[in-house]
Amino acid sequence: MSNIKTAFENGKAFIAFITCGDPDLDTTEKIIETMAENGVDMIELGIPFSDPTAEGPVIQAANLRGLAQGVTTDKVFDMIRRVRKRVSIPMVFMTYANVVFSYGTERFIRTAAEVGMSGLILPDVPYEEKAEFADVCKKYGLDLISLIAPTSDERIGMIASSAEGFVYCVSSLGVTGTRSEITSDIDSMIASVRENTDIPVAIGFGISNPEQAAQMAAKADGIIIGSAIVKLIEKYGKDCVPYVKKFVKEISAAL
Amino acid sequence: MSKGRFGIHGGQYIPETLMNAVNELETAYNFYKNDEEFNRELTELLNEYANRPSRLYYAEKMTKDLGGAKIYLKREDLNHTGAHKINNVLGQALLAKKMGKTRLIAETGAGQHGVATATAAALMGMECVVFMGEEDTIRQALNVYRMRLLGAEVVAVKSGTATLKDAVSEAMREWTKRIDDTHYCLGSVMGPHPFPTMVRDFQAVISKEIKEQIMKKEDRLPDAVIACVGGGSNAIGSFYHFIDDKDVRLIGCEAAGRGIDTFETAATVNTGSLGIFHGMKSYFCQNEYGQIAPVYSISAGLDYPGVGPEHAYLHDIGRAEYVPVTDDEAVNAFEYLSKTEGIIPAIESSHAIAHAIKIAPKMDKDKIIVITVSGRGDKDCAAIARYRGEDIHE
Repeated sequence: MSNIKTAFENGKAFIAFITCGDPDLDTTEKIIETMAENGVDMIELGIPFSDPTAEGPVIQAANLRGLAQGVTTDKVFDMIRRVRKRVSIPMVFMTYANVVFSYGTERFIRTAAEVGMSGLILPDVPYEEKAEFADVCKKYGLDLISLIAPTSDERIGMIASSAEGFVYCVSSLGVTGTRSEITSDIDSMIASVRENTDIPVAIGFGISNPEQAAQMAAKADGIIIGSAIVKLIEKYGKDCVPYVKKFVKEISAAL
Repeated sequence: MSKGRFGIHGGQYIPETLMNAVNELETAYNFYKNDEEFNRELTELLNEYANRPSRLYYAEKMTKDLGGAKIYLKREDLNHTGAHKINNVLGQALLAKKMGKTRLIAETGAGQHGVATATAAALMGMECVVFMGEEDTIRQALNVYRMRLLGAEVVAVKSGTATLKDAVSEAMREWTKRIDDTHYCLGSVMGPHPFPTMVRDFQAVISKEIKEQIMKKEDRLPDAVIACVGGGSNAIGSFYHFIDDKDVRLIGCEAAGRGIDTFETAATVNTGSLGIFHGMKSYFCQNEYGQIAPVYSISAGLDYPGVGPEHAYLHDIGRAEYVPVTDDEAVNAFEYLSKTEGIIPAIESSHAIAHAIKIAPKMDKDKIIVITVSGRGDKDCAAIARYRGEDIHE
């Protein structure tokens, strides 16, 4: 078990996603520090993948910008080693199965634990395929985060009862990206999760402003914001840090 | 428990959002594949609409010219819509209809699978959206027009390398957005279970017919069956009923592009490594960090960085051979078959022809080779003309 639960100890958790190396790894380091100092409780770090099939256009483009910068898994680990000396909140990786598998699943997870990561989110690894990653995660004390979707229905019990760290509740059909409205029946999804586990539940996909954040946080233990932050990074590039700071402060204040 | 494994390959590496959709598909397929009425309807469609069984043609001039093994051509190019793709599409569209779906989405490379899907959608009164890499919409402009003519919407995919892999990614993204009324009609033996198994079953009609036809003509099995491999659907269809016949060599021809010692290649088994992508564990062209490589082939239909999991398995156990064929060799074969037999093969199928041209002369005259001509080459004429430095309008 990891220290992920600490992110949920002071009221609703604010989980922020960014892609490593977008616009470059030095800026990523600064964003991580700024977010940790301004109300973010946990950071999800994307390791860029050439073909991120679960992402909408905003995060797809961030992945490609990262790769164009020459970001590699090893460089991401090095960056985390540096930033870990100054940042203590839990951090988890969000990447695709092939990034982990091609590095060597055990070598990847062992190194992630060594540099101080707490968990791993693999959007293309559903319950049925998780054993080959979950067993290794367990060995090194990382949590493999389980996702549930609006289509999960009767699968929720099975997924939630073996979930670790927190349950990532996908708010909407489709890929990542901001949405003007979230229409899924989140209340019943979360009720099903709670019947099967005591670990925290966070809602992600589509949340982009303080109002939505507050509305979703009322339903769960935390919220996840990705595309809205990545959009700021895309717009301001290396000068994005103060804009990200302002944004996360607003979200944090709304929770 | 992981499902749909071929040795270590296969599985279901997809977002949770799609899991109930593939489970529902698997349940429906397992029911209908044994359903008499479904099979009667499908056979009727294949025979009366798609022109099956396709001919097994003795290529006498080619055989004499090469001076070795006797060559037969399995004429999938004579199917309605001009390729083997229709076999799978009619099966999936009928299944989707039985499941109550009203909309088909598909990816396409060369456009053959897109055209086949648009055709089935038109026939069955379903909505159809085809995702095609922008690069391919230019290379295969005629097929784009055909799909639109058939009533389909064609979405030009600009992400990534704007080719087949990006079309697959975009079709998967679309499926996660809209599942209720939509079936993803995947065009090859790839993706998450049950697709590799289901598509193989729908394409296995090719080897079933070859076996019956060759027994009738020669009273024996062939010595080799040769087919081109992108994702690998016409190849697995051509191999399937021969897998247990150990004396039949099964040869898959991969697109080597400018050569397997260059970066401009799409020969997955020959140059790739084990990975997880597009729903499956298999071999992929990728770098040391698992980033999928931007592959290249003159053939839009073989321009894919992965290979179906059953092929990966047949390679692992040594049951099938996978050989690289370059652009140059394929173009030569395209011209060769046109001139020698009066048959213009698809540039994809020309990869299989090219390998036969290499091995037939070295084989005895009493040996038999079957080459699957997976599609016809009309769609490729403009591109091949350009390859030869001639600019013609389509």
